[in-house]
Amino acid sequence: MRTPFFRKLQRYYTIFTSCFAMFLLALAMLEKEGMPRLWIGYLFMFATIILYAAIGVISRTSNVAEYYVAGRRVPSLFNGMATAADWISAASFISLAGGLYLHGFDGLAYIMGWTGGYCLVALLIGPYLRKFGQYTIPDFLAARYGGGFQGRAVRLMAVGATIIVSFTYVVAQIYAVGLIASRFTGVDFSVGIFLGLASILVCSFLGGMRAITWTQVAQYIIILVAFLMPAMWLAVKHGGNPVPQVAYGKLLPKLSARETQLAHDEKESEVREVFLQRAEDFDVRLHGLPASWDSGRLEAQHNLDMVKQRNGSLLEIRAAERALADYPKTVEDAAAVWAAQRNYNLARGRELVKHAEPFPGASREQSNQKRNNFLALVFCLMVGTAALPHILMRSYTTPSVQETRVSVFWTLFFILLVYLTIPALAVLVKYDIYSSLVGSDFAHLPTWVSYWANVDKANPLLSISDINLDGIVQLAEIQIDSDVLVLATPEIAGLPYVVSGLVAAGGLAAALSTADGLLLAISNALSHDVYYKIVDPQASTQKRVTISKLLLLAVAFIAAYAASTKPGDILSLVGAAFSLAASTLFPALVAGVFWQRANHQGAMAAMVAGFFTCLYYMLHANPVLGGSISGQWFGIAANSAGVFGVPAGLAALVVVSLLTPAPDARTLSLVRHIRTPE
Amino acid sequence: MDKLERHWRRVSRMTGWLLATWLLTTFCIIFFARELSGLTIFGWPLSFYLAAQGASLIYLAIIGFYAWRMRRLERLYRNASEDQA
Repeated sequence: MRTPFFRKLQRYYTIFTSCFAMFLLALAMLEKEGMPRLWIGYLFMFATIILYAAIGVISRTSNVAEYYVAGRRVPSLFNGMATAADWISAASFISLAGGLYLHGFDGLAYIMGWTGGYCLVALLIGPYLRKFGQYTIPDFLAARYGGGFQGRAVRLMAVGATIIVSFTYVVAQIYAVGLIASRFTGVDFSVGIFLGLASILVCSFLGGMRAITWTQVAQYIIILVAFLMPAMWLAVKHGGNPVPQVAYGKLLPKLSARETQLAHDEKESEVREVFLQRAEDFDVRLHGLPASWDSGRLEAQHNLDMVKQRNGSLLEIRAAERALADYPKTVEDAAAVWAAQRNYNLARGRELVKHAEPFPGASREQSNQKRNNFLALVFCLMVGTAALPHILMRSYTTPSVQETRVSVFWTLFFILLVYLTIPALAVLVKYDIYSSLVGSDFAHLPTWVSYWANVDKANPLLSISDINLDGIVQLAEIQIDSDVLVLATPEIAGLPYVVSGLVAAGGLAAALSTADGLLLAISNALSHDVYYKIVDPQASTQKRVTISKLLLLAVAFIAAYAASTKPGDILSLVGAAFSLAASTLFPALVAGVFWQRANHQGAMAAMVAGFFTCLYYMLHANPVLGGSISGQWFGIAANSAGVFGVPAGLAALVVVSLLTPAPDARTLSLVRHIRTPE
Repeated sequence: MDKLERHWRRVSRMTGWLLATWLLTTFCIIFFARELSGLTIFGWPLSFYLAAQGASLIYLAIIGFYAWRMRRLERLYRNASEDQA
């Protein structure tokens, strides 16, 4: 198994890892000598971006097989690492631990869903795609389901699904690059986006799949070190054991005891009362519309006059002026703003929920509802994982079918190194905050609190204010954004700022590696499937690669432009991408291998039915898309639309296939070929 | 029976069993989470442990077993080809 190529790679990446360790040590020493924080942020950002670009330049290629599938010679271990980096997105690196902190048990749906999907990849799809041995997912569907015009209809639909799914996802990654860059180096958000874009482009533009594979391996190493180091430190601090996955078992009972204590704390309920009171005030105003809007505006005006009359301080006048300026301009505005305020205060006033308690709810029905949604979400994430083009595409890059199977094993192994740490990190940080921050004095807040509270003025990541004016921090007075948890962990653990820079570099690596894979999936679908297979089948290999590179450039710029407009709507739809991928592609992919009788008409029907069922449900039940919560079926959240889309797709596939003629001999021999061992 | 057919039957039977394990693991861990949360294992409430680590480790085991077993099935298939030749 240990080929010379494998040994060469092993040597390169060992050297890379030791250089990286020396870089960290050097920076740590420089920090001790008094190098300013901002410089450390700059150094990390530029050093890693230059590194990725350098790997891209070294692996540049214009050979078709190298460009599309890295020459099909990536050993399973390295393919696993690259796929893991492809998979670990900005959201799982930065926000998932925070999500677990905020939602406790309910957040674990993401851990289960995003790992369980690999069973489907390994058992049902990956190895068979490798045996098929072409370049893209639409390739497989078009060859298997054929139909008129050499399977053009099937191909175009698969291309459409690939683009819709990957585009929302890539916009979210590029957005994350901008956020991380602006938070750590203070550059403008859009400058951050274009810096990240430059590195993505140098890498994938020059070398396609080959360059991004070798870059992703390097990125995985950075991601792993960046995620494990602070978590291990915290684990030693609180659990006396450097393995966080083991250490937090001891901490959970302590955390739960502390939670019980806080739940019965009088000061805590006092703070919650304040929030509930505020929520009620907004509710009263909402019900008094439109009269309450008039009176509120008059009152704000009156306040300002009063302050001016009694010669209030400049600060007071400013505050009164701002209150008047910020007052909702119309009755409709007021309704929206006040409803948001009411919900916000209601949320802040909610009772404390225990971290390890599954599906907490006031009644059995509510709890069941949560359980059903958990199940639905896990289902969509799993099936969606097994249908994401940028992950499946990686099945093509290994030397043999057996290597693909082993590669999926390594992929999940490397993902788990990070994913099993995420719940541990959430518990460790939660314990730290509950036991040392809560109950401390407002005059002596730790420095990380004030630092992170001031990083992003528009969207505070962290806010602590003395609601009940007793000078002591209560849990209910802390508001934490899910992003801040991982970013602030090094400082919470008392590590030097270098480690914070490392974590930022890790987040950047996670976002860039995923963006690389997604951009390649989109541009390959356009260049290989649309241009080469449909528009100009006579194109020379040179021309195909050039077109592919140009399209990559165009897609990257469109995605970066979309991200720079900070599209809240697109970002909230990333979760929906899984449902769409699952409903549209999964039934056709699996039946392509396991059910000979599935034919052209069946596959078309499956893709149409799956896609439109999923889309209809989202439009119907997601408020962002113009639906409403009351439009939900069985109370299932809109992002889990795949629960309806996948069965609809499967049913359409079976029924339509059986009603139409069986596939021809050519298709049957293809299925036979795919099933035959090498 | 044709040897590819025999091989394919073995493969699909194993795939079926492993998928059933996968489905049952996932469903039971979630569906019975509330009932299991009373039990503890090394300090973890059982349901929390299973959802946070147990399930993922079982998935890894399923994939590992599949890769190992497929290597043997394919060897079996190849040996059968040599016998016939």
